[in-house]
Amino acid sequence: MTTTATPEKTFIRQLLGRTDYALISELVEPGSSVLDLGCGDGELLAWLAENKQVTARGVEISPARVQRSIAQGLSVYQGDIDAGLADYPDQCFDFVILSQTLQEARHPLRVLREMLRVGRRAIVAFPNFGHWTMRVSMLLTGRAPKTRLFPHEWHSSPNIHFLTIQDFEDLAAAEDFIVERRMYLRGDRRLRLLPNLLAEVAVYMVRKK
Amino acid sequence: MLINLGMTVSIQLAHFDSLPLDCGETLAPVTVAYETYGTLNSRHSNAILIEHAFSGDAHAAGISQETGKPGWWDNMIGPHKAFDTNRYFVVCSNVLAGCRGTTGPGSINPATGKPYGSSFPFVTVQDMARLQKKLIDHLGIERLLSVSGGSMGGMQVLHWAVEYPDAVVSAIPIASTYRHSAQQIAFNEVGRMAIMSDPDWKGGDYYDSEPPARGLSVARMVGHITYMSDDSMREKFGRRQRPKDELGNGFSVDFEVENYLRYRGGEFVNRFDANSYLYITKAMDNFDLTAGCGSLGAALARSKARFLVISFTSDWLYPSYQSQEIVRALRGYNRDVAYCELDSNYGHDAFLIEVGEQTELVKHFLANTYKKAA
Repeated sequence: MTTTATPEKTFIRQLLGRTDYALISELVEPGSSVLDLGCGDGELLAWLAENKQVTARGVEISPARVQRSIAQGLSVYQGDIDAGLADYPDQCFDFVILSQTLQEARHPLRVLREMLRVGRRAIVAFPNFGHWTMRVSMLLTGRAPKTRLFPHEWHSSPNIHFLTIQDFEDLAAAEDFIVERRMYLRGDRRLRLLPNLLAEVAVYMVRKK
Repeated sequence: MLINLGMTVSIQLAHFDSLPLDCGETLAPVTVAYETYGTLNSRHSNAILIEHAFSGDAHAAGISQETGKPGWWDNMIGPHKAFDTNRYFVVCSNVLAGCRGTTGPGSINPATGKPYGSSFPFVTVQDMARLQKKLIDHLGIERLLSVSGGSMGGMQVLHWAVEYPDAVVSAIPIASTYRHSAQQIAFNEVGRMAIMSDPDWKGGDYYDSEPPARGLSVARMVGHITYMSDDSMREKFGRRQRPKDELGNGFSVDFEVENYLRYRGGEFVNRFDANSYLYITKAMDNFDLTAGCGSLGAALARSKARFLVISFTSDWLYPSYQSQEIVRALRGYNRDVAYCELDSNYGHDAFLIEVGEQTELVKHFLANTYKKAA
């Protein structure tokens, strides 16, 4: 049976309920060593350990979530990603993952540099604050933008650094990071056109020059 | 109501011809008291060594046939508990220099036919582990699935992992440290001075007369304060007063907390030997995992174990920073380590009392370790 040719993987099947996890999981090589920063309940790490046989490590700030991670058999320690990487030797991981947490970090640039010090590659997934609904919301209401993707009040939002896809590109260029992969998501669709305006989430894989 | 009848356990003794000590002397012969729970599997791959804290003993779980009392970690060890005796074979032994069956200063010196007393050789945490290793070998166990314990038990866990890397698959030090801080040494010194200031101590040779009960009881009172927290003492006692039958007796027991400490102190005298107190606290104070290795990282790098490190928020005797030092050093060598600081008001005693979350951590960590090791 033949079907009409479709662009490669336009629709992303969710992994553990999330499309960014699906993209991240494709980037991680089987048998590699992975550090997940802000690993939550350890769901992605557990999946990677089970299905890609990775050596999995995680950092998580919430004690309850650390407990749930350990309950999954993961070696996770309770700590702050802003400070937590300092102890690791250089280049001891193949991949360091930061999923939807960059915008919550106190010192995001320091975190990115540390990720590329301890890991050969950094995989960063972040929400795009440049999405058109954010721009329109701010323009029309004159208030800190609130949208379906960013439903928080300004004072109770965990997001303290608002970055767009273009901001990340600029930073990568300024820091001499080599972008190996850049992938954009709108809902469960891969997006190629006008990502800074239309993408809700971006997933980057970068390494040092 | 659920009634847990518990398992009845009995103390066992193993005898060895001699034990060389770090101080250069040799103890000969030497006896170690231990209990076991569960069944060793045919591959001998399910054995767990439990290390007791300073004043603990070999009776960690079940109901003692000798005393009728539950073990000191009975809430953690047993069927379906953190250390699940349906799956694992659990061993706990009384430490060297102890007074609960293992050779210590109160034991008879075969050379004189009298208790060692002050002639008992100076022992170290390393010596304690060396004796445990003899016991483990004697039981036919080559590799321990885990070595676990809190406080001084955790210090032994760390030493085991570093000294016998091929014999330790996983290590669970709880509320512990790789070496005592000035504050920890200070409290131990107060306890020792209380004992040594008691005229009944007689330089350690009191076994043919009254023991230094007053000194030992004061030492225990100080100890109990350090095991609790401001919060737990406020909750447990506050400023509640004892019922008074006479007034004007200024230094009587007025407050519940005073009554509790005196009770605990008095009770301790019946089950603990003052010389053991001195020898064991000194061994703890002298313990330094970095000795001969240069750094904590270099020491821990010798271990091949995966680690689960646990600390408690209100523990000011073995504060979380001490556990975090261990975790950070392990990370520095990219070792397999999980760490969690559990929320508790119970202070240092939390590892004995607040076992709900601790159970979840230990249970899953062990199950995963067992699966990986199989």
